[in-house]
Amino acid sequence: MTQAAQEAVAPPTLVVRGLRKSFGSEEVLQGIDLTVARRELVFVLGPSGSGKSTMLRCCNRLEEPDAGEITLEGDPVTGPKVDVNQLRRRMGMVFQAFNLYPHLSALSNVTLALRKVRGLPRPEAEAMGLTALDRVGLKAKAASYPAHLSGGQQQRVAIARALALEPSVMLFDEPTSALDPELVGDVLAVMQDMKAQGMTMLVVSHEMKFARDAADRVIFMDAGRIVEQGTPEQIFETPHHERTQTFLARFSGRG
Amino acid sequence: MEAFLDTFFNGAVLARYAPSILQGVWVTVLLSVLIVVSGIVGGAALACLRAYRIRPLSALIVIYADMFRALPPLVLILLVFFGLPNLGILLSSSTVLYLILTLVLAAFAEEIVWAGITAVPKGQWEASRSTGLGFTQTLIWVILPQAVRLVIPPLTNRAIAITKMTALGMVIGVPDILGQATTAQSFSANASPLMLAAIAYVLLFLPLVIFSRWLETRFAAPGV
Repeated sequence: MTQAAQEAVAPPTLVVRGLRKSFGSEEVLQGIDLTVARRELVFVLGPSGSGKSTMLRCCNRLEEPDAGEITLEGDPVTGPKVDVNQLRRRMGMVFQAFNLYPHLSALSNVTLALRKVRGLPRPEAEAMGLTALDRVGLKAKAASYPAHLSGGQQQRVAIARALALEPSVMLFDEPTSALDPELVGDVLAVMQDMKAQGMTMLVVSHEMKFARDAADRVIFMDAGRIVEQGTPEQIFETPHHERTQTFLARFSGRG
Repeated sequence: MEAFLDTFFNGAVLARYAPSILQGVWVTVLLSVLIVVSGIVGGAALACLRAYRIRPLSALIVIYADMFRALPPLVLILLVFFGLPNLGILLSSSTVLYLILTLVLAAFAEEIVWAGITAVPKGQWEASRSTGLGFTQTLIWVILPQAVRLVIPPLTNRAIAITKMTALGMVIGVPDILGQATTAQSFSANASPLMLAAIAYVLLFLPLVIFSRWLETRFAAPGV
């Protein structure tokens, strides 16, 4: 079989079916169905409290789903017999607050999982770590500690930390929300570059311009449900649902 | 003035008892090092165990830590030294002193390190777990190094306080600095050995205090 044919029959990268999650009496996810195809960039939009971050965090089980099924390239993510640590190294995650390890250099931040999870010897891990840092344009900062990096640089190191594990999908949880406006561009440029290189990405963000430029599909979530989805043009130019329209109206002028 | 010098700095007495006090210095140093190392390692290990949040285990650790922090170390030392022989367990005075002070330091260190562990932001756990590290790996490689850095000032204070408590060994006959000095004092009927002991303690602990200050500034800003 050719590579293209193999990809055609291969299961989608990420499949979410009937995902539900409650915090106390509040059901924040009320049955989410979502498929992310290989090399697809799916952009998730919605007001705060709509459940988009929780949905993302359920995908790698940082939040334990109450109900529903998730598969990664056909392999079950949910279920009692799943080795969650094995699955997580195939799913990179980038957080709003970067969450770099402050006691480790940029390079050590990137190599920790390579050494401790993949069991690579230090020289090999460092070579891979430097490659990952190079991809985000920060090879020169390998020896710097997070405290000495700008927010944008920290977030790019965090992306490198996830990238280094060569994940099948990257999950982004509002990656630019904690950044000063002038630092956002560098991070988005790195993400756009990843997209160009064929990375599968699920992005929760408010960066509408990035969604227009890079997303294959935009999903609008509200009150724990997917309200509407389509191409960026469909969602931004001709949203069907009233809640999507109201939400986008408040953001007009930003994108 | 002459009476003062004769009482506290009597040359003949000083010369006579200096060797035995020097022996006491080694006993104090050895005990202090052993107590600090095993107490802090033990306390950190208990704090780590508590991080697994296994209820009965955590409860036991909390009870232990509270008991040993509440009781005066001297009471424990006397209780164990004079109590255990009745059960047929004979421990040397140095062993009793080592055990009790280690247990007391471990109790304090457990509470201090635990406070550090809970002070590390949740995002650190999540970042580490999201890259596939397990709970124990995250605790060892990500959380504990940050927790310990956060609590170095209270930890060094407690360590210094506990090493000074080695002087309590005198009451059960540990031949440490103070033990040697009080023996010398009662033989010579002169306070000079005690003055020598005081000088020995200062020479011993002042560098330790200065070292702890350096340690605190060294790790004050993370990753510098």
